[in-house]
Amino acid sequence: MTLTRKPLSRRSILRSGAAGGLVLATPTIFTSRAWSAGYLNEPMGDTVTLGFNVPQTGAYADEGADELRAYQLAVKHLNGEGDGGMLNTFSSKALGGNGVNGKKVAFVTGDTQTKSDAARASAKRMIEKDGAVMITGGSSSGVAIAVQSLCQEAGVIFMAGLTHSNDTTGKDRRANGFRHFFNTEMSGAALAPVLKNAYGEGRKVYHLTADYTWGWSQEGSIQKYTEPFGWETVAAVRTPVGAGDYSQYITPILNSGADTLVLNHYGKDMVNSLSQAVQFGLRDKEVNGKPFVIVVPLFSRLMAQGAGDAIKGIFGSTNWHWSLQDAGSQAFVKSFGQEYGFPPSQAAHTCYVQALLYADAAQRAGTFMPSAVGAALEGFEFDGLGNGPTLYRAADHQCFKDVLVVKGKENPSSQFDLLEVVEITPRAQVEYPADMLGGELGSYNNGV
Amino acid sequence: MDVLLLQLLNGLDKGGAYALIALGLTLIFGTLGVVNFAHGALFMLGAFCAVSFNKLITLQKITIDPTKTTAWGSPLEVRTPYAEAMFGDFGIWIVNYSVPVSILLAIPVMLLVGFVMERGLIKHFYNRPHADQILVTFGLAIVLQEIIKAIFGANPLPQTAPDAVRGAADIGAMLGLQAGAIVYPWWRMVYLLFAAGIIAGVFAFLQFTTFGMVVRAGMADRETVGLLGINIERRFTIVFAIAAVVAGLAGVMYTPILPPDYHIGMDFLVLSFVVVVVGGMGSLPGAVAAGFLLGILQSFASMNEVKEILPGIDQIIIYLVAVVILLVRPRGLMGRRGVMEN
Amino acid sequence: MSTTPTSSRDLLMFAVFAVAVLTMPFWLAPIGAGYPDLLQKFAIYGLFATGFNLLFGLTGYLSFGHAAFLGVGSYTAVWSFKLLGMNPVPAVILAVVTSGVFAMAIGFVSLRRSGIYFSILTLAFAQMSYNLAYSVLTPITNGETGLRVLRTDPRLFDAASQGDAPLVSTLFGVEMNGYPGFYFCAVLLIIGFFIAQRIFRSPFGTMLRAVKSNQNRMNYTGLNPRPYTLAAFVISGMYAGLAGALLCITDPLAGAERMQWTASGEVVLMTILGGMGTLLGPILGAGLIKYFENIFSAFNDQTLHSIFGFLPDFLETPVVAITGLFVGEGWHLTLGVLFMLIVIFLPGGIMEGFSRIGRVFRRSSGAKGSHQTAPAE
Repeated sequence: MTLTRKPLSRRSILRSGAAGGLVLATPTIFTSRAWSAGYLNEPMGDTVTLGFNVPQTGAYADEGADELRAYQLAVKHLNGEGDGGMLNTFSSKALGGNGVNGKKVAFVTGDTQTKSDAARASAKRMIEKDGAVMITGGSSSGVAIAVQSLCQEAGVIFMAGLTHSNDTTGKDRRANGFRHFFNTEMSGAALAPVLKNAYGEGRKVYHLTADYTWGWSQEGSIQKYTEPFGWETVAAVRTPVGAGDYSQYITPILNSGADTLVLNHYGKDMVNSLSQAVQFGLRDKEVNGKPFVIVVPLFSRLMAQGAGDAIKGIFGSTNWHWSLQDAGSQAFVKSFGQEYGFPPSQAAHTCYVQALLYADAAQRAGTFMPSAVGAALEGFEFDGLGNGPTLYRAADHQCFKDVLVVKGKENPSSQFDLLEVVEITPRAQVEYPADMLGGELGSYNNGV
Repeated sequence: MDVLLLQLLNGLDKGGAYALIALGLTLIFGTLGVVNFAHGALFMLGAFCAVSFNKLITLQKITIDPTKTTAWGSPLEVRTPYAEAMFGDFGIWIVNYSVPVSILLAIPVMLLVGFVMERGLIKHFYNRPHADQILVTFGLAIVLQEIIKAIFGANPLPQTAPDAVRGAADIGAMLGLQAGAIVYPWWRMVYLLFAAGIIAGVFAFLQFTTFGMVVRAGMADRETVGLLGINIERRFTIVFAIAAVVAGLAGVMYTPILPPDYHIGMDFLVLSFVVVVVGGMGSLPGAVAAGFLLGILQSFASMNEVKEILPGIDQIIIYLVAVVILLVRPRGLMGRRGVMEN
Repeated sequence: MSTTPTSSRDLLMFAVFAVAVLTMPFWLAPIGAGYPDLLQKFAIYGLFATGFNLLFGLTGYLSFGHAAFLGVGSYTAVWSFKLLGMNPVPAVILAVVTSGVFAMAIGFVSLRRSGIYFSILTLAFAQMSYNLAYSVLTPITNGETGLRVLRTDPRLFDAASQGDAPLVSTLFGVEMNGYPGFYFCAVLLIIGFFIAQRIFRSPFGTMLRAVKSNQNRMNYTGLNPRPYTLAAFVISGMYAGLAGALLCITDPLAGAERMQWTASGEVVLMTILGGMGTLLGPILGAGLIKYFENIFSAFNDQTLHSIFGFLPDFLETPVVAITGLFVGEGWHLTLGVLFMLIVIFLPGGIMEGFSRIGRVFRRSSGAKGSHQTAPAE
C-alpha cells in the first residue's frame, strides 16, 4: 500500500505545502507546471492553450470537422490574422486581435468519438499533458455533460459545443460549464406557435423518440408547449439509438389515427427516420380530414443534406443559420466562406462564438483563472454574434437569445441552401425561470 | 388484423434484407472457413458504387455568373449536370434510374474487389487461426472504411429511388381491404423481390451447375475434393468473388432505404453474424430462414402493444431469439456438425 | 509449482514487469504518453486484456461479450461510491464479486456451446446488456449520460466528512486521480499479472490448454472440461469487472457504451495484436491501441507543420498532407493498417516479433537453447 501513497497529485502537493522532496518522484514535464500557483495550467510562457475536443470519427465526424474549422478561424481572428470575422461586430471591444491577456492563442485538438469515455480521456490529455486552460466542443449532450463534469472536477472552464438537452444547463449544470447553444425547452417554446399557425389546433400527435435523455427531453417540451392548443399525444414510441431501419416503428403509425408525426431524433437517426417516413407515404396521407404532417424539432443543415428531398417543407428549430442577414452573421459567413469555400453550420457558429466569448471574458477579467473568467461571463449581455442581443444567465450559465424556426426549402438554390428561416422567435418568448429545470451550479473550481 | 398483416409484410421485407446480407457471409464461412469481418465493408463498398455512379452522372458543369455573388462574397456558380446537357432525355432517365443502373457498375467492381481480396490476402489465411483472420479482415474493413470517409466525408449521402417506384403502394385497397390501412413503399417491395431473386439465383447456381456441385462438395469435405484432383483453390476464389458481389448488390439496392455513410457496413456487421450463426454454420438455407425469422420477429416486437407488456423488447429481440435458438438447437437452425465449432 | 528452472525465470520476468510498470511515467514521457490519464488506461486495459487472455489464450474460447463485465464492474463501482462512499476498496471488491456472479450466469449458459456459437451467445448477452442499459434500465444506469456520483447521494460512510470536496475516489486521504490513481491501478495490474502467471503455470492452466488443443481427447480420459472452462470464464470476467471498477475509481463515471460490441471487439483485438496465449502480449496490445487512440488522434495540421518544419517548403506541404491522412481524424486508418501489417508479417502478434528478435540475437551470439524460444508461453 505504501506504493500507492508515495507520489501525490499536484493538487495535494500544493495543498499540503510539503512539496520539496516529493516532486522528484514525478516526471519533469509535470513539475514544471506544478509550480504555477494561482490556478490549474496557468500559462507561464507567451501562449495560452485551448483544448478543442470534437468528434473526428463516428457519425458526427463531419459536424466535428466543421467545429474544428470554426475554432481554427476563431484562433486566427483572436491572434489578429485574417479579416477579424465577428470580432468586428461583437459588442464588447476588449479583444484587440493581439491574443488574449497579451498571450498568443495556441490550441490542441482531440477526438471525442461521441463516446463519454473517449471524450473524457481526450479532455484529460489536454488538461494533464498539454496544459489547456479551457476545453470546448462536442456534438452530443451525453458527451457534453460528461466532459463538463470532468472540467468541474479538474478545474478548467468548459465551453459546450453543440448540445441541445435541457440537462446540460439544467439538472447537470456545473459552475465551470457554459453553454451558448439553445435547448429542447427553447425549441418547444419557439416551435409551438409556428406549428399552431401552420397546422391548426387540435391534432393527434404520434412521437417517435430516440430512447435516451435528449430524446425524452425533446418529446416532453414539444408536448408541454403544444398541448395547450389541443395537440393530443396518441402514442410516444421509444426507438433504439442508431436503429438504421425504422420501418417497424413507422408501420404502426398508419393505423393509429394520428395526423402528425414528431421525430425526436437527431443526426443519423433523424436522417433515416425522416427519409423512411416520407417513403412510407405519410406526407401524402390525409387523416381526420387534415393533411398528415411531420415535424423535426431540432434541425441541422449538415444532417438536412443527408435527408435529401425528404426535408422539404418540414418545420424545425435551429440555433443559427448562415442566411441570417444581421451584420455579425454576415461577417462570420464571409470570413468562413472565404477560408473554406462553403458556409458554416450551426455547430461551427456556436463553437466560434464560444471561443470568442471565452477569450473576451478572460481579457476582461485580466486572467484565465476559471472563477474570474466565469464571473466575467455571468450575466454578460452582448450583441453582434449572430443571434441578436444575448444574455449569459448567471443562474444556470445558459445563453438566452432569439431562436430560429426553419422550414426545409422547396427550391434550394445550392446544396447548402436547404433551410429557410420562417420566424425569429424573440428571446423573451423562450425564457424560463432558472430554477425550473432543477440542478445546482456549485462553486467554481480553479483546480488548486 | 390489418396491423398484423402490415407488420408481417414489413417483417418479410426486413428479413429479405437480412437474408441477403447474410448470404454472402455464410458462403464464405461455409466454403472457405474464413471469419470475414470485412463483409460489412463489402456491403458498404456496394452502397458507394451507387453513390459514385450517381455522383458521376450528376457531375455538373460549373459556369460562373459574375453578376451575382454568394453570401461570403465569391461569384455565384451556376451548375448544370453534364448528363443532362449532353444526352438530353436519356441523361435525365439515367439520373432517375441511377440506383438500379449502378448495379451494372457494382458487379464488375465487386468481382474485382473480391478477386483481389481473396488472391491478395484471404488466401494466405485459410490455414491460419480464426483469431488471425478476425484481426486481418477487421483491419482491412477499417482501412476501406477510412478511404471511403476520406473521399466522401462522414455524412450520409441520400440516394433516391426511381420516380416510378418512389412512393408507397396502398396494398390494402388493392386487396379489397380498407384503403390506407396497409401502405408499403414500392422500393421496399422491389428490394424484397430483388433479394428473393438473388437468393434463388445463388441456390440455383450451387444446385444445378457442376461448379456449384464441386463447391458444395468442397463445403462438405474439402480434403477429399482436393485429393480427387480438383483445383478447389481456384473455385474458392470465384466463390469469394460471388459473395462479394452479393454483398455489394445488397448494398447498392439498400441505398434508397438507408442513406449510406462510411460506417454503414459496421452497423450491419454484427447483425449479419448473428443471422448466419442462428441459421447454423455452413448452411445457406439456414441463413435465409434465420434472416426471415429475425426480421419478422423484430417487426412484431416493435408493435406498441408488445412494447407495453415488455418494455425494451424491441431493442433486444434479435439477441434474445439468438440465445434461445442456440440453446434449443446446438448448431442453429440448420448448422452442420463440426463447422466452426472449435 | 515446484522449483524448476522455469520458476526462477518467471520470478525474473515478474520482477522486470513490476519495475517496468511502476516506472512507466518516466520511460513513457519521451513518447508523449507519460501523463496520468493515459498511464491509467494502459494499466486498466492491460488488466482487462490479461483477464481476457486467461480465457481466450488458454482455452481458445473466443468471447465476444467481455465488455459486459467491464460495464457491470463500472456500474457496481459507481453505485458503491454513491451508497457507501468514495473509498475505492469496497468498490473494487463489490465490482469483482458482481461481475463474477454475472460471468457465472452468462458463462454457465454460453459454455454449453463452443466455437462461434459460443462467441455469438456471449455477444448476444453483452448487446442485450448494452441496449437495456442505454434505455430501459436508465434508473439504474442513467442511460446515455452515464452514471455519476452526485452531492445528493447518501454515501453512508463519508457524506458528512467530505462536505464540498470534489467527488473523486479517495483512499486514506489520497485522491485517486492523477499519479496516485495510476499507481493504484499499476499495483492491481502487477497483482493481476502475478495471478495470471500462476494460473499459466498451474495444473489448472495445463488443463485449460488441454481444452484448447483437444477437447475430444480430454472427454475420452473421463474428465469433464466444463467446470474448468467455466472457472476460467468467471476469473476472466472478474478481471474485466476489476478493470471496469478501476475506470470509475480514476474517473467516477460509468457509461453504457462501455458494454457495446465495439468495446468487446477492442479487447479481442488487443489480445490478438499483442499475442494471444502469451502473458505479456495482451498488455502490450492494449497499450498500443490506447496509445494510438489518445496520441495519434491528437495530431493536427498545426502540430504536423511544427514536426516537419525542418523540411523545405516544397517538401513540407505534401509530407504534411500525406501524414495528415493517418493522424488526427485519420487515426483509425493507421490502426487498420497496423492490424494488417502485424498479422501478415507477425502471425502471433507483437510477442512473436520479440521472440524473432530474440532468436536473431541468440543465433548471433552462438548461444544454445534455440528450442526454448517462446518467451512468455
